[in-house]
Amino acid sequence: MKKEIYQNPFFKANPVTVLVLGICSSLAVTVKLEPACVMALSVTFVTGFSSLFASLLRNTIPNRIRIIVQLVLVSLFVILIDQFLKAYAYDVSKQLSVYVGLIITNCIIMGRIEAFALGNKPWPSFVDGIANGLGYGMILVALAFIRELLGSGTLFGHQIIPDGWYEAGYMNNGLIILPPMALILVGLFIWLQRGIQKELIEK
Amino acid sequence: MDYLSLFVKSIFVDNMIFAYFLGMCSFLAVSKNVKTAFGLGIAVIFVILVTLPINYLLNKFFLTPGAMSWISPALADLDLSFLSFIIFIAVIAAITQLVEMIVEKFSPALYSSLGIFLPLIAVNCAVMGASLFMQERDFANLGYATVYALGSGIGWFLAIVAIAAIREKLAYSNVPKPLKGLGISFIITGLMGIAFMSFMGIQL
Repeated sequence: MKKEIYQNPFFKANPVTVLVLGICSSLAVTVKLEPACVMALSVTFVTGFSSLFASLLRNTIPNRIRIIVQLVLVSLFVILIDQFLKAYAYDVSKQLSVYVGLIITNCIIMGRIEAFALGNKPWPSFVDGIANGLGYGMILVALAFIRELLGSGTLFGHQIIPDGWYEAGYMNNGLIILPPMALILVGLFIWLQRGIQKELIEK
Repeated sequence: MDYLSLFVKSIFVDNMIFAYFLGMCSFLAVSKNVKTAFGLGIAVIFVILVTLPINYLLNKFFLTPGAMSWISPALADLDLSFLSFIIFIAVIAAITQLVEMIVEKFSPALYSSLGIFLPLIAVNCAVMGASLFMQERDFANLGYATVYALGSGIGWFLAIVAIAAIREKLAYSNVPKPLKGLGISFIITGLMGIAFMSFMGIQL
């Protein structure tokens, strides 16, 4: 198996900053670290397994209705995740609200199935799915780290900024918790990455 | 809450893009010029407007706990709400496919101009998101659900046309090179989101 399959998604072809897939959920669940981590793991699970099964079924799915078949396949795994979260992590499941269901329409999953799993053997497809899920999770956790630390002064709900700072006049940045700042942060990430990787710069 | 206030609220206050980031993928991919953005926007309004009432009825009469008691009292304690994702997405994918076939048959010109975007609507988070918000908010009747569908579709349409117009002008401005294209679009969407936040708390 080629090295690129599991290396590229982390930096060179990151699903969020390079391929622009799965933006919807990456912005809405990154106010706190805990839901962001849960979301990252759930997406990794769903991408990995739906790529695996799509690849197993790739020769039997009629081309005309393949999107419906793929969506049904993906929603099976999302239902599993949703039921699991409701049973074992109810608070997080409430916080994520509709965004668990929206994993189905997360473009990363469909994007990877269409672009990779339909043309490759099951095992590389599975690895590709997992790697892309983790590449997406990486951005999610990085965003949530910045937003929770600067926005609420906590990490995983534990206070990090010492009380002394607040007494000295430090204030949490309320703006960074608001939705638009997530977009601006992703914009800055893209800027950073393209500054390092010149070949990605658009003409 | 009356119809008008729900309508205005779903366009501006609960805007699909600026408040919930739904449908960002196609929003960023298809907003390079106003003409295609306009076509995609109209198609999305249409698909939301058709699928959301269907999903509303399915949810009300089949999926919520005890909803099937109208068939026979024995089914009164049946709870099928765990199936809602699969049902919603199947309806959305099927309707999208149907719309694609109908447009292809009756208006080949429109089909060729929209062609590639039509099947993509099935994976547009805004369509699925609208159905899931409908389920979460538990609208009182079909009228509210339809008004909500129309409002959120129009909200998405406005957002994509606005950003496409800005991006067309942006081609002439001097943006730092690594920020060009994608990066600056994110930042502009963020700034527009801040502008849209001024609608928050509007009561009609």
